[in-house]
Amino acid sequence: MNSNTKFNILRTALSIGIALLISFVIIFLTSKEPVTAIVQLLTGPLQSARRFGNVIEAMIPLIFTGVGVSIMFSANQINLAGEGSFHIGGLVATFLALKLSLPQGISPIVLILAAGLVGSLVTAVPAILKIKTNSNVLVSSLMMNYLVLYFCNYILSYFIKDPTAGSVVSYAVPETAQLMKIIGGTRIHIGLILAFAVAFFGYVFLYKTKIGYELRITGENEEFAKYSGINVMKITLISSLLGGFLIGAGGGVELLGMYTRFSWTSLLGYGWDAIIITTLAKKNPLYVPLAAFFLAYLRTGASIMSRSTDVVTEIVTITQGLIILFIVAEQFLSKFRHNMIAKEAKATLTSEKEVK
Amino acid sequence: MDKVLQMNNIMKIYPNGVVAVEDVTFELEKGEIHALLGENGAGKSTLMKILFGIEYPEQGQIILNGVETKMKSSQDAIKKGIGMVHQHFMLVPSLTVAENIVLGVEPKNNAFIDMQKAIEISKNLSDKYNFDIDVTLRVQELPVGIKQKVEILKALYRGADILILDEPTAVLTPQETEELFVQLNKLKADGHTIIFISHKLDEIKAICDRATVMRNGKSKGTYNVDDISTSEMSRLMVGRDVVLTFDKKPLNLKQTVLKVRNLSVAGSTGIKRVDDISFDLKEGEILGIAGVEGNGQSHLIDALTGLTKKFIGEINIFDEDVKKHSIKEIRELGLAHIPEDRMTLGCAKNMNILDNMFSNQYDRPEFSGKFMLKTKKIEQRANELIKEYLVKCKSFKQNVGMLSGGNIQKVVVAREFSTNPKIIIANQPTRGIDVGAASFIRQRIIEYRDAGCAIILISADLNEVFELSDRLAVMYKGKFSGVFNDVKNLTEEELGKYMLGIKKDDRLEGIMYEQ
Repeated sequence: MNSNTKFNILRTALSIGIALLISFVIIFLTSKEPVTAIVQLLTGPLQSARRFGNVIEAMIPLIFTGVGVSIMFSANQINLAGEGSFHIGGLVATFLALKLSLPQGISPIVLILAAGLVGSLVTAVPAILKIKTNSNVLVSSLMMNYLVLYFCNYILSYFIKDPTAGSVVSYAVPETAQLMKIIGGTRIHIGLILAFAVAFFGYVFLYKTKIGYELRITGENEEFAKYSGINVMKITLISSLLGGFLIGAGGGVELLGMYTRFSWTSLLGYGWDAIIITTLAKKNPLYVPLAAFFLAYLRTGASIMSRSTDVVTEIVTITQGLIILFIVAEQFLSKFRHNMIAKEAKATLTSEKEVK
Repeated sequence: MDKVLQMNNIMKIYPNGVVAVEDVTFELEKGEIHALLGENGAGKSTLMKILFGIEYPEQGQIILNGVETKMKSSQDAIKKGIGMVHQHFMLVPSLTVAENIVLGVEPKNNAFIDMQKAIEISKNLSDKYNFDIDVTLRVQELPVGIKQKVEILKALYRGADILILDEPTAVLTPQETEELFVQLNKLKADGHTIIFISHKLDEIKAICDRATVMRNGKSKGTYNVDDISTSEMSRLMVGRDVVLTFDKKPLNLKQTVLKVRNLSVAGSTGIKRVDDISFDLKEGEILGIAGVEGNGQSHLIDALTGLTKKFIGEINIFDEDVKKHSIKEIRELGLAHIPEDRMTLGCAKNMNILDNMFSNQYDRPEFSGKFMLKTKKIEQRANELIKEYLVKCKSFKQNVGMLSGGNIQKVVVAREFSTNPKIIIANQPTRGIDVGAASFIRQRIIEYRDAGCAIILISADLNEVFELSDRLAVMYKGKFSGVFNDVKNLTEEELGKYMLGIKKDDRLEGIMYEQ
């Protein structure tokens, strides 16, 4: 392991540690039963198979979106339309499950692929706008999410709504389309295996293929990429299409695995979660499952804590925020690093003088 | 004479390991106009940034009016009586002159800005130094010369005793320059001390009392302007530290590989930065291009390498029109390019050495299939290149940004040279790097020339262009002002005159290209 990786691991661990500590202080200041609350937060998910199952279930969509966003961010495409891709992925899977009757076994595959394809269109729009009109991807992708949300609400209300249900939800998805549960006593479904496959694929794509290499260079230094002869526009488009595809597929998997009806009428926040995960995983899909596990564990713990004590779940939002702040704060521990470099440079200067 | 400022043994190392200023001592006497002279990259901006609190030195002390002090920020420096007029003005175009002058330290009337008073103050200030500015005009409506005056007034209003002017005449017309000089003399008479950053020797002669010359991050001494000739100044500024010699095989010219005819390139402001240049480049020769930076060298390179297509005229590589090809295709024709700025164009500092070594050749069949990279082969080749180019590192997994400047440059050179190029464009290939790495890279350039490569070498380092070039051209204001086939018998003084526009040659046909 080189010194840079070590430095990054140290920084991430320290960021998490400090963020948790600050959260604990807040719990101590606000709660009447702080010790119970902290114990519940940290160990709650381990207390039963069902609870641990909750952690794993929550991980699955986070891995899909985390890998998708990692690919886009690796190309320095700060495309936030993943939120919309995920949402429309769920809708497309539901819609097609209701309208097509496909045989068991094939049905989920077709639905997930379709969800991915539509999801990729959502993230591609800001990228195309960027290429054609040089518009800011951040802004156009954020706006895209609202377009998608209301489009989905429209389709839900006018085309697939179940009038006999008490609230705005779709008809039930046929069982042939639903994803198989793989561990008894939990709701963990086969999407977990797909998620791991996606993380592995994302890693191979970014680090072992030609396009992945071009993509990373473009993301790190676009000028250098152009100078080297890389077609930056092609990379912008590919990264957005692929990222959106994985996120959209994740939306389809989440819906077919965890729900029986499409009931999303507001944005779920998986797009935002993906940014936290991408940051923690340093844009490497291989680390995404770890980061997703951490986040899912923290959230499950928080929810258990809020059920059994007087501390609300929102406390982990503070924790998350702090972690991100520390990790993205480039100056954090940078002095330590600069001193190291300056020392080395001085040493070479003196040794050169001795040679003269 | 009182010393108002002493900067002793200042050293600045940038995070990438570049030593920008090395053990420089700089002194100002009260009421003088002191020129800080040197080429771009000589370290004069860095030295001034340290004085103005923008950069912090690794070593050295600043003594202001006899008291040792630290400049914590530019606000702190302003408080201590230092004012800086940047080359690119820091004004708010939509505000009036008066508003710009008082911005940040406005006269207050209770909680509100006292606009009346602001106008009065600005007007008095302007009158005091005969600046003759209507302070109620908006800055966006003013010509450049007046904007500069507003900048000076801004600094004076903040109580500047020492005024730093960063290449103040670069943006001015000759008339405006003359006017500026009158006002600078007035400021001087009023007891202000002025640091005048420039590389225009006649201006320094005209207005400055003393001059400190910088080259390569080091001070070359401080001189009374009256006691030193312009040619002596130019020698100090661009001259050689040590004379280097390299063994070269005798010149063996072959086929013409690059043909440039009537090339003009416009800069971002629409001004012609390259003005109707023509030349040929043959296999087996090194064409050196000398010149003070900013005389069109970068624009010429951008056009030759395909980075810009916005040019008029013809560039042919092996009879292929460069304009019709992408950068990738131009590279495939056999062109390699060592860029001037290795950090913005030449590498991705947050990627590792291996990633930085193959960006121009990963899709060659030896390194990849249709989709997949051949990781084993690439790693093996990376190790070979690290060994061959003596890159000091722990392994190819180390991030390039963590290496020293010289080692980063070796990574760049290794990448560019390892594709077996036919044409190499080397733009400042050894700038800001240690002596060992520099001589290694020069040696490599000569090896490729001996092997029949055609090379263009752009450099501000006279040592380099003298020793390496077979032919030497000087660029001045977008044109070749001189061309020398006999580099060996050329003196530094002579070359300096061409570089600074004191001498010019108009008969270049036949020397630079055949009709």
